[in-house]
Amino acid sequence: VADASYPDDLKYHAEHDWARIDGDVATFGITWYAQDQLGEVVFVDPPEVGKTVTKDEPYAEIESVKAVSDVVAPLSGEIVEVNELLGDAPEKINDDPYGDGWLVKVRLSDASEVEELLDREAYEGSLT
Amino acid sequence: MAAGAQTLKRTPLYDRHVAAGARLVPFAGWEMPVQYAGIREEHVAVRTRAGVFDVSHMGEVETTGRDAERFLQRILSNDVSKIADDGAQYSVMCRENGGVLDDLFTYRHGSGFLTVTNASNHERDLAWMRTQARGYEVTVHDRLSDYVMLAVQGPDAREIVARLADAELPARFRTARMAVAGAPGVLVCGTGYTGEDGVELLIAPGHAPAIWDALLEAGAAPAGLGARDTLRLEVCFHLYGNDLMEERGPIEAGLGWCCKEDTDFIGSEAVRATREAGPQETLVPFKMTGPGIPRQGNPITGGGEVTSGTMSPCLGIGIGMGYVPSDNAEPGTPIEIDVRGKPRAAEIATKPLYSKER
Repeated sequence: VADASYPDDLKYHAEHDWARIDGDVATFGITWYAQDQLGEVVFVDPPEVGKTVTKDEPYAEIESVKAVSDVVAPLSGEIVEVNELLGDAPEKINDDPYGDGWLVKVRLSDASEVEELLDREAYEGSLT
Repeated sequence: MAAGAQTLKRTPLYDRHVAAGARLVPFAGWEMPVQYAGIREEHVAVRTRAGVFDVSHMGEVETTGRDAERFLQRILSNDVSKIADDGAQYSVMCRENGGVLDDLFTYRHGSGFLTVTNASNHERDLAWMRTQARGYEVTVHDRLSDYVMLAVQGPDAREIVARLADAELPARFRTARMAVAGAPGVLVCGTGYTGEDGVELLIAPGHAPAIWDALLEAGAAPAGLGARDTLRLEVCFHLYGNDLMEERGPIEAGLGWCCKEDTDFIGSEAVRATREAGPQETLVPFKMTGPGIPRQGNPITGGGEVTSGTMSPCLGIGIGMGYVPSDNAEPGTPIEIDVRGKPRAAEIATKPLYSKER
């Protein structure tokens, strides 16, 4: 796993999730810190397309060798796509948490929620 | 809480673990390395080369005195009289009702015996042993702080230790005292908890850092408690607190082989009764036949529960052990495990779940 990184173009949730916002659709994933804390991801139980997710509530489970962790939605909306790659290659979450390791794409139901998320600086500050 | 963290015990190798990049976690009152490079990488290192584990949280109890053997024969399930002068033996310690208090290795050394306890049980074992010692001419010594215990495991483990030792290493289930990396008096035991060949070293704490450094220098990879757990589960070794508990006996756990009821150990009547009648429940290994990773506490459909579960790094599937009704315990029986509300398919398997020959 490479060194810690937190891209500037993402919005962050304090529960160690990120959102890349593109119009009314956002891509969700977990941060470098989250995957580092988890250790090697060995299984992802993805939610289904069409399912509704609610900001601050769990929407998926990620398992490392040792433990299961809930993944919290940074924003609310409806899942329009899930990252099928993770079924066979869950380790992408460790290798490339902001790229191939993305989890779901969500059509946002309340764009104003974005205002509540943290920018890179605020999120990184919360880690220390 | 900071106050809680300060009360955790640290092994004499704490600084070495930090330097090796360990993630340290609380475990049975100790601050122990759960992983260094990563559980899977460490697991594979032990299966293919060699790893070294600091297991200093394990306790040691020394029993000496004229009645030492007779006393241990009374409290341990196996036939202690069969332990050779340089021998080692696995057994369980039971309550009168047959419930398992601990599972332990006992080494005979000189005029006494050294018994290795599980960290979480050490104080209770000591208290139990001292209570039971009344009427015997024995002394039960707490030796936990007198030893650092390192497990060197893997196909290259013996060769690595042999290069550092000034005498021939003991065979499997044997012990010998020798100098290792210049440190005298190390008790080398041909035992382990990974299913691989290797040895366990009982070392005076002051000598431990030099031996640790020498083992790493010689090629052993530091391995944490995370890999120790996945390694032992692949070969179906029991973990006390998961697969063994006071509420169940050794027959249910598949440990009848280390119970010699004729020695009249504490709990032997209950164990004999269960053996003769057949246990209601049986601990079985199982493999997932689809997705999902079983975890401790997951219910098994049709009765029973998972006591240990993980993703097997060598098999690439979820594996585990659990208690099921004995009439449903045949290898090959399909079972369903309730993994946080989702039914996941599995099949009862045979021990060990992983073996090199496959």
